[in-house]
Amino acid sequence: MATIVKVNDLSKVYQGGFEALKSVSISIEQGEILALLGPNGAGKTTLISILCGITSPTGGTATVDGHDIITSYRQARSLIGLVPQEVALEPFERVINTVRFSRGLFGKNRDDALIERILRQLSLWDKRHSRIRELSGGMKRRVLIAKALCHEPRVLFLDEPTAGVDVELRRDMWKIVEGLRADGVTIILTTHYIEEAEAIADRVGVINHGEILLVEEKDALMKRMGRKTLRIDLKDPVSAVPASLSDYDLELGADGRTLSYHYDTRGDGTGITRLLQALSKEGLSLRDIQTTQSSLEEIFVGLVKEGAA
Amino acid sequence: MNLHAIWAIYLYEMKRFFRTVMESLLSPVISTSLYFVVFGAAIGSRIDEVEGVSYGAFIVPGLIMLSVMTQSISNASFGIYFPKFIGTIFELLSAPINFLEIVLGYVGAAATKSLLIGVIILATAEFFVDLDIQHPFAMMAFLVLTCVSFALFGFIIGIWAENFQQLQLIPLLVITPLVFLGGSFYSISMLPPAWQTVTLFNPVVYLISGFRWSFFGTADVAVGYSLLAIALFLGICLALVWLIFRTGYRIKS
Repeated sequence: MATIVKVNDLSKVYQGGFEALKSVSISIEQGEILALLGPNGAGKTTLISILCGITSPTGGTATVDGHDIITSYRQARSLIGLVPQEVALEPFERVINTVRFSRGLFGKNRDDALIERILRQLSLWDKRHSRIRELSGGMKRRVLIAKALCHEPRVLFLDEPTAGVDVELRRDMWKIVEGLRADGVTIILTTHYIEEAEAIADRVGVINHGEILLVEEKDALMKRMGRKTLRIDLKDPVSAVPASLSDYDLELGADGRTLSYHYDTRGDGTGITRLLQALSKEGLSLRDIQTTQSSLEEIFVGLVKEGAA
Repeated sequence: MNLHAIWAIYLYEMKRFFRTVMESLLSPVISTSLYFVVFGAAIGSRIDEVEGVSYGAFIVPGLIMLSVMTQSISNASFGIYFPKFIGTIFELLSAPINFLEIVLGYVGAAATKSLLIGVIILATAEFFVDLDIQHPFAMMAFLVLTCVSFALFGFIIGIWAENFQQLQLIPLLVITPLVFLGGSFYSISMLPPAWQTVTLFNPVVYLISGFRWSFFGTADVAVGYSLLAIALFLGICLALVWLIFRTGYRIKS
């Protein structure tokens, strides 16, 4: 896959000395969905703002499809669509006018058919003549997406697109993102919701204190770092974990009917076979077993804590 | 040059104007009519001709300038301040446009609006007094130059302002007094000699004087100085705008 966004040693020190980005480098592949995860103030928005031209970098370079974001800003920016974190829209303007305005700003001819398609896709067509202030919060976010899409960008930045959005709309948003990916649009989204990254991202980048801690395939990341839990339901309750099983660090459920065993898939052996043998030796009969993989959230919290330590 | 973008900004701003067209045009027309009633008919009837022109006609150029200057400033300053205030400025910064194009769009729209208002006031004035414009081309040139340079000035104020109070500060504290004391309603020769000298430091005097010359052929200062003054003011505004965009002052961190 070809690289579409290339960031080299990008840094940003704000007036007053706050170092928001420390020599960040990252390559984003064409057509992928990259989720940037990080706590508040980690540098996610600063990175996006620099790539989009809203903030000037203090050091380093970045290119979009080979165009430098500073020296060839016209070519670079015309490929980028941005959905900002804050809902910033002129309250008295009508939906269709504000979308047409965005297209014009990007130097494109008026294209009513395209705008109709985008507005329909975002379920905004019926609201096209409404004033922005008459729309609900979720609808406003859709308008922001329509504005970002109306100049047919090849790279779309979504800065916390689903912050403060209800579950239904969030699912809708994911569907929209899937649709865009099918059209070949590269998507970079920042999010607090790890569930979101887990659901739609191809790769996950973790950023904290202005540094990228890692960028990895989501599945590989989860496999590599994932801890798994084996839950054993017992037929008959036990009052305590048998002494012969003390090596396995088992957790006994409050009702005495479940045992939880944590293991690591990275290791050579998981210990499951031995545990099951030990259980049968102990004469415990099993009713059910199930395994669960730790979520990206747990991985993320672990990483950020590790970084802080 | 991203002409589509300039046009998009221009059109967007003009639409805002036409959305409130009644308010935008009615208030200058009403206030001008009031000035005519008060100064032209009530007080003016007791004032002799000024420099061979009836007082009612004499104040027309000053009245137009008063409206055009304040409207240019308020339109342009609001035009760029509003996106800053509500956050939509991100769109301008992330679009493939340069600052010159942004200025052309916003200042062009603001200047067009105040030009329209100026022309409408002129038409209103025709109802009250007989006007025989001696140099119509020079009149239009002065009008357009004033619209453009004050719209530029307004744009600078809009960039500089960090709240609505600051947005009003310069028009209220600086421009309105300068226009009133700049010979809108009187000829400088009517002042005591010492004040005549002081008045010459008021740049607005030159603008009104030149504009009045294009109407009646008489002026407080030579028309060449008027042209020089407006050119100088335009030059300073252009330089300031250039500086703002070079440094990203109050727009880009």
